[in-house]
Amino acid sequence: MSLIEVRDMKVRYGGIEALKGVSFDVEEGSIVTLIGANGAGKSTTLKTIAGLVKPVEGTITYNGEDITGLEPQKLVSKGIVLVPEGRRVFGNLSVYENLRIGAYLIKDKAQIEAQLEHVYDLFPRLKERSWQLAGTLSGGEQQMLAVGRALMAQPKVIMMDEPSLGLAPIIVRGIFDIIKKINEEGTTVLLIEQNANAALRVAHHGYVMETGNVTMEGTGQALLNDTRVREAYLGKAK
Amino acid sequence: MSKKKKNIINICLLAALFVVLFVLEQTLSGGSMLLTVLKKGAIYALIACSMNLLNGFTGLFSLGQAGFMLLGAYTYAIFTIPVEARADVYQYFDGGIIQFTLPVIVAIILAGIVAALFASLIGMPVLRLKSDYLAIATLGFAEIIRAFMMFEGLGPITNGSNLLKKFPTFSTILFPFAVAGVCIALIVMLINSSYGRAFKAIRDDEVAAEAMGVNLFKHKQTAFVISSFFAGIGGALLAMYQSTVQANAFKSAMTYEILLIVVIGGIGSITGSILASFLYIASSEWWLRFLDETAFIGSFQVPLLRSGFRMVVFSIIIMVIVLFYRQGIMGTREYSLDALLRFFKNLPAKIKSIGKKKKGEDAAASEEVQ
Repeated sequence: MSLIEVRDMKVRYGGIEALKGVSFDVEEGSIVTLIGANGAGKSTTLKTIAGLVKPVEGTITYNGEDITGLEPQKLVSKGIVLVPEGRRVFGNLSVYENLRIGAYLIKDKAQIEAQLEHVYDLFPRLKERSWQLAGTLSGGEQQMLAVGRALMAQPKVIMMDEPSLGLAPIIVRGIFDIIKKINEEGTTVLLIEQNANAALRVAHHGYVMETGNVTMEGTGQALLNDTRVREAYLGKAK
Repeated sequence: MSKKKKNIINICLLAALFVVLFVLEQTLSGGSMLLTVLKKGAIYALIACSMNLLNGFTGLFSLGQAGFMLLGAYTYAIFTIPVEARADVYQYFDGGIIQFTLPVIVAIILAGIVAALFASLIGMPVLRLKSDYLAIATLGFAEIIRAFMMFEGLGPITNGSNLLKKFPTFSTILFPFAVAGVCIALIVMLINSSYGRAFKAIRDDEVAAEAMGVNLFKHKQTAFVISSFFAGIGGALLAMYQSTVQANAFKSAMTYEILLIVVIGGIGSITGSILASFLYIASSEWWLRFLDETAFIGSFQVPLLRSGFRMVVFSIIIMVIVLFYRQGIMGTREYSLDALLRFFKNLPAKIKSIGKKKKGEDAAASEEVQ
């Protein structure tokens, strides 16, 4: 049994069908990536798992338990946390306050403190700037903060929506290093990326999405070597 | 400076404020403008803070404040009119149907509870709306409440469109300051709690807050109900201040007045709201009064000065603030002893630099002339 199993998930925005029956699995302790072009339904998939969008059909199970259509706060307390697209840090709150919001559902003070230490160890930059307003951070720092904020909830599964969006290449590399590190600590990662090359390199398993369907799957390495994937997403014809 | 020392100094400052108020009250005559401004300023400070909690900290643009104040003022008045005075007050309604009185403090708290109760009822449908739509819906609610309170059928309780009077008023200026002070302290504690942090997160980014596990509706509802509770208490204090209450006075213009205070003080700053309240009340009741009176210099009548001109000046002030000074007095900053000390330390230098600048400009101007 996989940690997250998505079966035949369909989502509609008004009359438009964004997901036309998506199925995939996320194994515990792995990094799984969904790649695909704009409008393929990657973000919608993550938002649906996070409870921000309700599916019209299909089921999502987590640890064998049906979590389809649960409220976001229930899912967060179960350990499924989303790092939203475009970072979306709370610009008028300090770095520290942002992190505290991440631990909003945790009531135990000592636990929060320990987790805060952990996040500061992972991102020393955030510690230096803990009293600075999040809106004044650079893009890379904001992405660190968005990831750190999600980690404050002590997730079992962290879902990242385009973490490399709009960042300089050197910072993107840093972000992927962090993703690997988080995963090595035992957190399952579900990652969606336009930067298919980098995503497939870190991923244990990958799925290719096209216009609301999953069209291909395989290990990260296998997809990297697949000619169709290479032509369509990696921009390297043979 | 240690935190303990700071606390002690702050408490001393607060005590000094109350001593000054007490002395002022003992030395000035009852009709003194300063006392009036201080009393009304304290009440408006509480109401402005309650509105800021909603508009500035939770990001809910609500314009229902006058309605909740009305509910508070009426609740207080209805339950505190002495039984023997009821026949006179409710002369068209056979003395009304409520034939008991509550102690002042109980009635004030009840005023808050009634306002909060209505807030929780209308919050359910209304808080699903966003920005302008929420503003329109809450404004509409306030107007409905006003019309409803004047409804003749409710006369035995609300006295219809007639005045409510003869209820207890302030015996000392310290009373509104104490009540408003306690309430504002509670608001500040709420803002600094993890609830307050969640409010601010919702204001900054609803989707991200929801993704972090903040229950949007529950928190919006909490902010709305608590804000209305304090607006209700503010309304009760306002009733005490005015010594008579009539629903028709709680027009939407009253909400705009408070919104003006919140904007001048800085959206998202409690300190700003308090400062701006006293400033606004002092201006509108006292310093800018002359704008409404025709004045003569010798036999020459000063143009423009006439009844209503004050409001024109206020409109210009708000336009200037919105265009050039959007942060208001405080922005989102708050009072702290350090900042206060720094302010006074830098004050002489600042005044000097302004003087220098002026001199410099004058010099430059005279050079140009040459």
